[in-house]
Amino acid sequence: MGEEIKVIVFALGEEEYGIEVDKVKTVERIMPITRVPKTPPFVKGVVNLRGVVVPVIDLRGRFGLAEVETTDATRIIIVNSGELEVGFIVDQASDVTDINSDNIELPPEVVGGIQAKYLRGIAKTDGGRLLVMLNLSEVLNKAELVQLEQMEA
Amino acid sequence: MDMNAYLSMFIDESQDHLQALNENLLKLEGDPADLSFVQVIFRSAHTLKGMSATMGFEDMASLTHEMENVLDLVRNSKLSMDEFIFDVLFKGLDALETMVEDIKGGGEGKADVRSIVASLKSIVDGSYKSRAETAAASAVAVASMPSGEAAIDEFQLSVLKQSMDSGLKALRIDVSLVESCVLKAARAYMVFNVLEEQGEVVKSIPSVTDLEQEKFDRSFTVIFVTSGSEEQLTAAISGISEVEAARAELLDAATLERLARPEPAAAASAGTAASAGAEAQQARSAKPARTEGKQPAAPVANRTIRVDIDRLDALINLFSELLIDRSRLEQLSSEIGRTELTETVEHLSRISADLQDIVLKLRMVPVDSVFNRFPRMIRDIAKSLDKKVELVITGADTELDRTVIDEIGDPLVHLLRNSLDHGLETTEGRLEAGKPETGTIWLRAYHSGNHVFIEVEEDGRGINGEKVKAKAIEKGVLSEQEAAKLTPDEISNLIFAPGFSTADQISDLSGRGVGLDVVRTKIVSLGGNVSVESKEGFGSKFSIQLPLTLSIITAMLVRLGSEKYAIPLTSIVETGILKRDAILSVHGNRMMTYRNAVIPIVSLSKVLEAPDFHEEVEEESEYIVIRKGEKWAAVIVDDFIGQSDIVLKSMGAYLGPTPAVSGATILGDGQVALIIDPNALFK
Repeated sequence: MGEEIKVIVFALGEEEYGIEVDKVKTVERIMPITRVPKTPPFVKGVVNLRGVVVPVIDLRGRFGLAEVETTDATRIIIVNSGELEVGFIVDQASDVTDINSDNIELPPEVVGGIQAKYLRGIAKTDGGRLLVMLNLSEVLNKAELVQLEQMEA
Repeated sequence: MDMNAYLSMFIDESQDHLQALNENLLKLEGDPADLSFVQVIFRSAHTLKGMSATMGFEDMASLTHEMENVLDLVRNSKLSMDEFIFDVLFKGLDALETMVEDIKGGGEGKADVRSIVASLKSIVDGSYKSRAETAAASAVAVASMPSGEAAIDEFQLSVLKQSMDSGLKALRIDVSLVESCVLKAARAYMVFNVLEEQGEVVKSIPSVTDLEQEKFDRSFTVIFVTSGSEEQLTAAISGISEVEAARAELLDAATLERLARPEPAAAASAGTAASAGAEAQQARSAKPARTEGKQPAAPVANRTIRVDIDRLDALINLFSELLIDRSRLEQLSSEIGRTELTETVEHLSRISADLQDIVLKLRMVPVDSVFNRFPRMIRDIAKSLDKKVELVITGADTELDRTVIDEIGDPLVHLLRNSLDHGLETTEGRLEAGKPETGTIWLRAYHSGNHVFIEVEEDGRGINGEKVKAKAIEKGVLSEQEAAKLTPDEISNLIFAPGFSTADQISDLSGRGVGLDVVRTKIVSLGGNVSVESKEGFGSKFSIQLPLTLSIITAMLVRLGSEKYAIPLTSIVETGILKRDAILSVHGNRMMTYRNAVIPIVSLSKVLEAPDFHEEVEEESEYIVIRKGEKWAAVIVDDFIGQSDIVLKSMGAYLGPTPAVSGATILGDGQVALIIDPNALFK
């Protein structure tokens, strides 16, 4: 019997994704973002999160998906992983749900155009929804960020 | 008793005392005849011994005890200092420092100090063997007669008489502790503390040493000189917990004579007894009983408290939040335009400006806390290199931010070693060059504007420009053509290039090729800069420029289209407006004339890839002249917003270092603005 995990559910396009609640600091509405020059295009800049400057990345851009205009539903999910605190721009963040760790299956090679290494697996919720679980440490991989910067240059 | 609560205090105080010991021992070495230093040294060693014994660090206590024995003899002019004694004492200090470090790291402060103890013992019993023994024997003898007559020797008698002549009262005070008292030594120590606040303890029975080792029953007696009243004293002593009774008796000249009746035990105990008296005297150095001519200035009581640095950081963080709200309020009040509001906000601004001063000052520490270990270091290095050197420190009271202080130590050590090792010639070399035998190293600190400057200068051989140039070309730092164009100062500054070391031979001190470039990197990371000026044959001067504080800076806010940026005011020389037809083109580079010189124009919008500002279309452009050393540049911006105190914030670990941007700040409207690193704008 696996353990119950609480996850925040958010959407990018048609697909629904999940991040463990304990990795999420807050979910914010879209706010003014200050552009930081000479960063990869998916790094949208930095925001003022109650006195702390936090970098924000567009998760669509990070996964190589087409970026879209922000809407009223757009949210910034502030995640905390190790020393890193980063905001993810997502299309919408709808609710919190429970999944059982037994119900997480390894991902197929490509899900919705996202490389498998960014994913932890596919989880089935009690209601029968399918959630794509993110592999945060890989999404926030800094080495890759540096490589991308070099490609830019 | 839970000692942990006192451990951090013990560590702090031990370090203070060790530092004091180091300093005064050095002073004494400079002037061995001045016994006033010995008094101070003895006092520090004594306190250290008491503290470590109370805390249960036996090795520390026994080592300090032996050192104290030596110092005691010196103090009483029974032993004169020589080089061997100084070296042994310094070694002892080093061992003590190691122990304190060990305790700090959670260890038990154990160390093998047998060889040092043996050396110390050999000093003590060398030619003073017999006397030391009788003194020890008599101390026991005196201790064994608990409440007998307080016998005093001739020296003490004359001290007492002199004091009485100058209108002070001599008292005999009997103190007894309650039977259940556990820490008798600690209580006795407290009694002595109280007494020393009011006058001078001339003699104690049993001796102070015995009292400290709890070699007494429940009561002890002190002979005491004071200007206060008996009632006051007894009340103060009785106020100490676990003191059962304190009785003071006024002594007249006749009683004194009777007490001083020559008796064998008392005379022989002179060594031990005098130590108790003299040590007490030294606490009140201004008393007439002092016989030495020169006296150390009475230390002014420092009214300070120790605060955890984390709390200070929290305070500063909170204050920065307040600053952000202040700018927001200022903005709002100017938009709303109501007089009452504007006045209140102005008042708030003034108060918060004062508050800012105080908050920032809280973190300021005198550079002395770094400088104070250098005299000792220079002495040791000079000895190992067999060079004669004098270190002249000025401006040690200059204050710097705590974070800078913590980081600046290593670079300075490096520069000083460098000056000593490479800068100064050997003694023969100096004599040949017609210079005084003893070299001088100046270590200076001073304020200037928003910066603190620290200089390390020496009157040594100076930098050989040709040698540096050749080496730089050999190491591939620059090409021959480039080298030919450099000014002498620029050549000197090549020594900061990575992988550069000019030492002909590698010594264990410096010259391993990782040298000055590390110093430069460190200082640059602190937001400062380092440069060198040198005149061959006459010496070199290294100057370090450091920002006063790292958390709040004054900046010029500028606009680039819809974006706002902050440029630190410290690097701005001037601002102005430039007409398009005044822009010159040299080899395709845009330049402008500024104070009879032609300086390059830097387009900030290009560097930062600004999306909605293009200066090319402007007829008139606002520019800011910035400066880095001898380089100048004009930075074109869209518009000036104004000056503002901004709080430096990191952009988070995820982004890592970004070119031309040194950090971020939050503006009054809650938006984040990036802080430009002007140094990165120079090519």
